[in-house]
Order: sequence, then C-alpha cells, then structure tokens
Amino acid sequence: MTVPVQLKRLRREFGPTVALDGLDLDIAPGELVALLGPSGCGKTTALRIIAGFESADSGELLMDGQDITSVPAHRRDIGMVFQSYSLFPNMTAAENVAYGLRVRGVSSGERASRAAELLDLVGLPGRGGHYPHQLSGGQQQRVALARALAIRPRVLLLDEPLSALDAKVRLTLREEIRRIQLELGITTVFVTHDQEEALSMADRVAVMKDGRLEQCAAPAELYDRPATPFVAEFVGTMNRVPGVVRDGGVVELFGRRLPVHGESAFGAGTEVDVLLRPEGMAVGDEGEPATVRVATFLGATTRLHVTTDAGVPLKADLPSWEAAELTPGARCTITPHDNPVLVAERTVHKE
Amino acid sequence: MARMTSRGPVLGIAALYFLVPVAASLWFTIDSADGISFDVYSKGLGSEGLTTSLLRSVSVGLVTVLLGLLLMVPTTVAVALRLPKLRRVVEILCMMPLVVPPIALVAGVATVLSWQQDLAATPLYGTFQALIDRDFPLILVIVYTVMSLPFLYRSLDAGLRAVDLRTLVEAARSLGASRTQTLLQVIAPNLRQAVTGGAVLSLAMVLGEYSVASVLGFEPFAVWMVNVGDSEAQLSVAAAMLSLLFTWGLLLLLTALAGGRTRSRKQRKTA
Repeated sequence: MTVPVQLKRLRREFGPTVALDGLDLDIAPGELVALLGPSGCGKTTALRIIAGFESADSGELLMDGQDITSVPAHRRDIGMVFQSYSLFPNMTAAENVAYGLRVRGVSSGERASRAAELLDLVGLPGRGGHYPHQLSGGQQQRVALARALAIRPRVLLLDEPLSALDAKVRLTLREEIRRIQLELGITTVFVTHDQEEALSMADRVAVMKDGRLEQCAAPAELYDRPATPFVAEFVGTMNRVPGVVRDGGVVELFGRRLPVHGESAFGAGTEVDVLLRPEGMAVGDEGEPATVRVATFLGATTRLHVTTDAGVPLKADLPSWEAAELTPGARCTITPHDNPVLVAERTVHKE
Repeated sequence: MARMTSRGPVLGIAALYFLVPVAASLWFTIDSADGISFDVYSKGLGSEGLTTSLLRSVSVGLVTVLLGLLLMVPTTVAVALRLPKLRRVVEILCMMPLVVPPIALVAGVATVLSWQQDLAATPLYGTFQALIDRDFPLILVIVYTVMSLPFLYRSLDAGLRAVDLRTLVEAARSLGASRTQTLLQVIAPNLRQAVTGGAVLSLAMVLGEYSVASVLGFEPFAVWMVNVGDSEAQLSVAAAMLSLLFTWGLLLLLTALAGGRTRSRKQRKTA
C-alpha cells in the first residue's frame, strides 16, 4: 500500500531562520494527522510545502509514492481550508463550492448537483445562493470545507481552520470536520496550535519544535508517554518538581522514590526536574504540607494551585466534590501518585 | 432620531453650497432681454468648438485611464502578492505628483518637447510630432497618466486591502486554477469597485484639467471653455453646465456598472 503523503528530510530556511530542519513524516491513507506546535515551529511551512505554496530548500515530498516537489500547486489535486475566510466574495456559496470543478471544465449541471451535495454534507442545504458576506464565520468555513472537498482531493489540508471562530462554533465545527473526514475516509493534515483541538480530532499528533518533529503518536500515547520534556510540557499541563536521581531507575522527591519512565539520561545523584501531571497529584492526609493559593472550578474537576512549605508551586486536579473545602488559604498535604515519571534537566528551583 | 435631526441642517447647508452656484449659473445662461430663453444651449450644442474639445478631452481621459490601469493594476497586485517590501516605495512614487505642482511638471515637459528642433534630422522627430498631435495630444495622455497615479494607487490599494488577496489566490490555485484563471475569475472581479473608483477620479481630473493643456498650447474642453468665456461669457457658462451634466452622467454610468453586483447582493440579503 502506498503512503499518500511522505515528507523526507524537508528543510526550509527564511534568511537566518530555519523553518524546517530535516522534517520526516509519513501519513497513512485515511488518517488525520495534526501538526501541533508553538508559533514558529514550522508547522504552517510544512503544510504550505505540501500544498505547493512554498518550496523546500532540500528534501523530498512524495504523494502516493511519486515525488511532487516540482509539481505546481494547481496540479496537485489537494484541497485546502485556510485560517482566514477564503471564500471568493464575488461568488455565491454554490459557485464557490463548484469553482474547482469549473476550472476543470465540468458541465454546469454536474457542478450544481455536486455543490448541492457537498453543501448538504457540511450542513448548509439551501444556502447555495448566499454570498460569503451573508454567512457567519462558521458557515463560511463549512463552505470552504465543501469547496475543498468538491474536487475529490487526494489529500485535504486544514490550516488552523477554526482559529478565527468563537469557542462554541469551534467545538461544533471540529466535530463536524472529524465526522466528514471519517465518512469520506480522506487523508488529512491539520495544522493547529490548539492542543485540545489536535488531541480530540487527530488519529496521530505530530508535535514540532524548531522545525523538527519531536514526537508523532496517537493522542493518548502522546499524553501518557511523552517522548521528550518539551512534548510533556507542551501537551497538557505539567508540574516541575525538584528531585534527585537515585540508583535503580528511580527518582527521589518529597522524600519518596518513584520509577523513572524509560531510560534516564541522568546519573545517580543528578538534580533534575520531575514532570508530574496535575491529575497525577493526590491531596490527602499524607505527603508534603502545602497551602492552597487558588482553587479554579472547572466543572467536574477543580484545579488547585498550592505552594508546599518548601516553596514549590504545584497544580493538582481533584474531583470538585473533594475540593469543596480546599479554599484559598486552606492547609493540605500533597503527594504524587505512584506512577512512572519523566525527568528533565533542572531548570527551576535552582538556588 | 437626534442624529436625523442634526443631519438635516448639515445636509441642507451642503446642498445650498453646491446648488446655489449651479442655480446661479443656470439663471445666468437662460436670462435674456426677452425673458427666459434656452437659445444659448442650442447654440452651444451646435458649436463646433464645444463638441471637438469635449470629444478630445473624453478620448484623452479614457486613454489616460486605460494606460493608468494597465500600469497600476499589475503593479499593485504584484506588490500585494509578491513584493510587499516594495509597497512603501511604490506608494511614495505614486504620490509624487501630489507634491510636484502641475506647473512645475509641465515646465519640464515643455523643455523636453523643445528638443524636437534639434532632432529634426533623426527618427525621433516623428515621435515628437506624434506626441504633440493637435487632434489627439499623446503628451497629455502621458502627463495625465502620471498625474492620475495618486488616485489610481489610493483606490487600488484600498481595494486590495479590503480583500485577503494572497489567500484568495492560494485558494484558487489549490482548486486547480491557472494563473490566468485566477487573475480573470478571482482577482479582477474583486478589484472591480477599486478599479472603477480610481477610473472615475482620474477621468474627472482629466476632464477638468486646465493648466497643463493650456501651457502646452492644446485646447481640450476646459481650455476651450476659458477661451470662449472671453468673448461669449454666456456660452462659456452654458458649456460648463452641459459638461457638468455630461460628467455626472459618465460618472454615474461607471459607478452603476461597478455597483450592479453589490446592489444585487444587498437586495438578496434583505429579501
């Protein structure tokens, strides 16, 4: 089986800035891969190279096994949805959807029926006669999605398509996009800086940093077993707690010893930061004495911001019913759950 | 309601400011010893000088607009898409005619045109002759094109800023459109209002321009009107009234052509 999209050692520089530094990524048929990372990590550059709007300085881009590095954008058969509303203002929604078919010389009857079919698919039946300015932001992005799908693209590219929308519409639309993607089984690359969006929509999430791929894995694996401290801290929330590596693959913190996840690069006696998820912290009768600073109600859970008597700030997620009495100023004790932990070079709490 | 009340007097004063001179001019042209007479209008319309000079002005104006657009549309689109760093340079160049007085500009042009005496034996002499052809003075087209750059640039720049041109072009390209299809089907329709706005302003400028044409010794409509005013004041004012109507008609026509689609969109929205 051929791989729909393969990025091989892609490198791209903009003056002194290295946007992509040898990016390798394979995307399987029908898969939705999210490119996730902070601003300037190269995710949009990678997407624009796939689309043909940018060219790589070196490396290869293969589609269905064929090198398309030199194929111009309009011959790639790639559908793309942009961050900003990109509908043609001079065309109705139906004309927008049918535009790709129009330039391919498809008959007007066939164009109209395909446009109606796709507007139906994206939940906008009967809106074909509306101009973009008569549609809301969410509706415009639905039309843009329909337009990208109308040409039956080999790959669908989504460049932060939800970032301009308000929170409620964003939530609805991301579920819609995922439903349609699964329904059509179309290979999709989705760029986002919103980790929640990436984790909830993608089959795999590719976390990028400084033009390189840090880790590409299923959302659960990425969250539970981050390959690097950067991934651990970028995806979800992490506490950094000072600890000391001990013999036998364990790390000591708060007077307790916890197993280190994977192979530790640090020798015994090295001072490190131990990375702990807020939901991996237990607030109870035993552990490090601390004072609650802030309690943020999040619905089913409450996030406590506490400071230990030794001055270490920590976040802990508790079921809201358990956190009811832990108001700011309350005393408590806090301790990590007995799970393998990730350690990183000591960057905080240095005296 | 309060806004409506305060708007009334302002609009009233503005209307008076424009209408009183027009009404006074109209009265001046139709008031005669025998009472009200429109003879000067029928005489004016039949006057050879009026038709010839007006046609000269209109043809020079239309060619100026065409040349200006051919120059500025590709330039502004290229700057917006490919060379955003050059935007300031292009803007400054296009705004230059606003800071260089037309009289200074024409002084330079007149000097260059005077070189033709020295070029009589060269092929360039024919070029100079074509430039100063009395029926269709190409030199006026060139000077007016330069003078219209600020109007065209401002209008096109505003139009380009109103749409996310780069994204629209990329969207069209990703859908399979060639460069020509993108230009004709996506860029051009979305710049129509900006193009019309710039064209209307440039045309209005050319139709009313006096100093350059006068100094260079040509007689387009504005110059003819001043010349005839020395001997036939009533005919001159009548011609001004007719030209006002003609210019309004022309500008309304251009605006209607550009606004047709917008109106139909608004109607659809309210339906």
